Amino acid sequence: MLHLILFSVFGLICAAAAVNLLVQSHPINSALSLVVVMGSLAVEYLLLGAEFVAAVQVIVYAGAIMVLFVFVIMLLNAGKDERTKGSRVSLFIGIPGVTIGSVLMAWVLITHSGTRSVEAGALPGDPRQIAQLLFHQFLLPFEVTSILVLIAIMGAVVLAARPEALQPTEEKN
Amino acid sequence: MTLGTFILVSLVKILLALFVLLTAVAYTVWLERKVVGHIQNRWGPTRVGPFGLLQPMADGVKFLFKEDLTPPHVYRPLYIAAPMIAVVFALTSIAVIPFGNWIAIGSIYTPLQIADVNIGLLIILGITSLGVYGVALSGWSSNSKYSLLGGLRASAQMVSYEIALGLSLVGVVILSGSLSLREIVDAQAGHFWGFIPNWNIFRGGQFVAFFIYLMAAYAETNRIPFDLPEAETELVAGYHTEYSAMKFAMFFMAEYANMITVACLASIMFLGGWRGPVFGPEILQDVLPIFWFLLRVFVFLFVYIWVRGTLPRFRYDQLMAFGWKCLLPLAIANLVITALVVALRA
Repeated sequence: MLHLILFSVFGLICAAAAVNLLVQSHPINSALSLVVVMGSLAVEYLLLGAEFVAAVQVIVYAGAIMVLFVFVIMLLNAGKDERTKGSRVSLFIGIPGVTIGSVLMAWVLITHSGTRSVEAGALPGDPRQIAQLLFHQFLLPFEVTSILVLIAIMGAVVLAARPEALQPTEEKN
Repeated sequence: MTLGTFILVSLVKILLALFVLLTAVAYTVWLERKVVGHIQNRWGPTRVGPFGLLQPMADGVKFLFKEDLTPPHVYRPLYIAAPMIAVVFALTSIAVIPFGNWIAIGSIYTPLQIADVNIGLLIILGITSLGVYGVALSGWSSNSKYSLLGGLRASAQMVSYEIALGLSLVGVVILSGSLSLREIVDAQAGHFWGFIPNWNIFRGGQFVAFFIYLMAAYAETNRIPFDLPEAETELVAGYHTEYSAMKFAMFFMAEYANMITVACLASIMFLGGWRGPVFGPEILQDVLPIFWFLLRVFVFLFVYIWVRGTLPRFRYDQLMAFGWKCLLPLAIANLVITALVVALRA
C-alpha cells in the first residue's frame, strides 16, 4: 500500500516536471525540471526493486549528464527564449491526439497482451545479480557496447579538437 | 520489529545523527581556525569561552542576526534555492554511513546507521554528484562575473575529479565483493602476520587508491590546494561572492559537512571503519567502536586542515592536467591490477 502511494506520488511529480520542462521559457529552468524528472524516475526504479539501476540513473543522468547541460547553459549565458504563439494545429489536433493515442495504447497493453504487473523484486535488481548477468550471460554484447562507446568518445575528441591540434607537430626548441 | 517501533527508532537515529553532524560541522570550523592559527604562529579564536570553544555559537548567532542582503540583479528563485540544494545534499549522505556495530537497547536491536542499504556506496556517490548543482546554480544565478567563473570552475572540477574518486573506490569494492558499507567494514575484520590489521589500505594493497581518493576528495570538496572555485586572490570569494548572512553560512555548512562525509567514507573504505581493540564491560564494548570511528574521522579532518595550512593553491590548468593525466590513469591502473590479483587468487 505504502509502495503504491509513493509510486503514484513520484509518478505525478515526474509527469509534472516533464510538463514544466516544456512550459518554462528559461533554458536553465527546463534543465532543472529534467533533473527532477530523472530523480523521480530513479525513485520509481527503486520502488520497483531495481536498486542498481536507480543509483546509476542518479549518478549518470542527474549527476553527470545534466550537470553538463547546466554547464553549457551557464557558459553560453543563454537568456530567455522568445515566445511564439504556438500553432493552432498542435493545440486542437496534437494534444487530443496524443492523449487519445496514449490511452488507447495503455488499454491495448493492459487487456490484450499477456503481461501482468511484476511483483517488486521478482526481476534481478540487486547489483550482484546484474553483474552476474552482464559479465556471464551478456558478456559479448556488453563488451561490444563499450567499444562502441569508446569509438564515440574518440569521435567526439576528433570533432571537438582544433584542426591544428590534429596535425603532426614538429618539435619546438 | 513492528512498523511503529521502526519509525520511532529511525526518527531518533536521524535526529541524533543530524545533531552530531551539525555540531561536528561547527566544531570543525573552530578546529580549522585554531589549527591554522597555530600553524601560522597565531592563537586563533580565544575570546569566547575557554580556548574560544563557544566561538561557533557566537558565529551562528551572528549569521542569524545579520541583514540578509539580496542583490537586485540576481535571478531570485535559483539564488534562494542554491544554498538550500547545497546544504540538503551535503547533509543527506550521512543517512547511509555506519558508525558502529549493532546495539541492543532493551528489546530493540538496531544497527548504528540510519539506513543499512545494499547500495550504500552508490547512494553516497550519487548524492555527492548532485551536490554540484548548489555550487553551479549559485554561481550562475548571482549574475556576477566572479560568481559565474567560480561556479564554472567548481562544476568542471567536481565532474572531473568525481571519476578518479569513483575509480579509486572500485578496487575496495572488488576486494569486499559488496557495495554495502557495513559489509565492506565487516570484510576488514581481523589481523594478518599477527598484528597488522586487515584494513584495505594494508591487506588489500589499496594504499595507492587511498592517496588517489585523498587528493580527489580535496578537489571534490573545493579545499586547498584545489580551492580554485573560491580563490580569493582571483575571484573575491568565487561562487558565494554575492551571498550574505545565513545563506552564506549554508554554503559554509555544506562544505564542512562534505568534508566530514568524505572523512567517514575514507575510514570505512580504507581504514577499517570502526574496527579496533574492544575490551571492558558491556557498555564500553558498545561505545569503543564509535570512538575508534570518530578518531579516524578526526585524524582525517586534521590532515585536511594541516594541508590547508601548508600547501599553496594550484593554477587551474595544473589542476585539470593533474586530474586527467595523472590521477585518472593511476586509478585505472590500480583498478586493473587489483582485479587481476583478485582473479588470480580465486
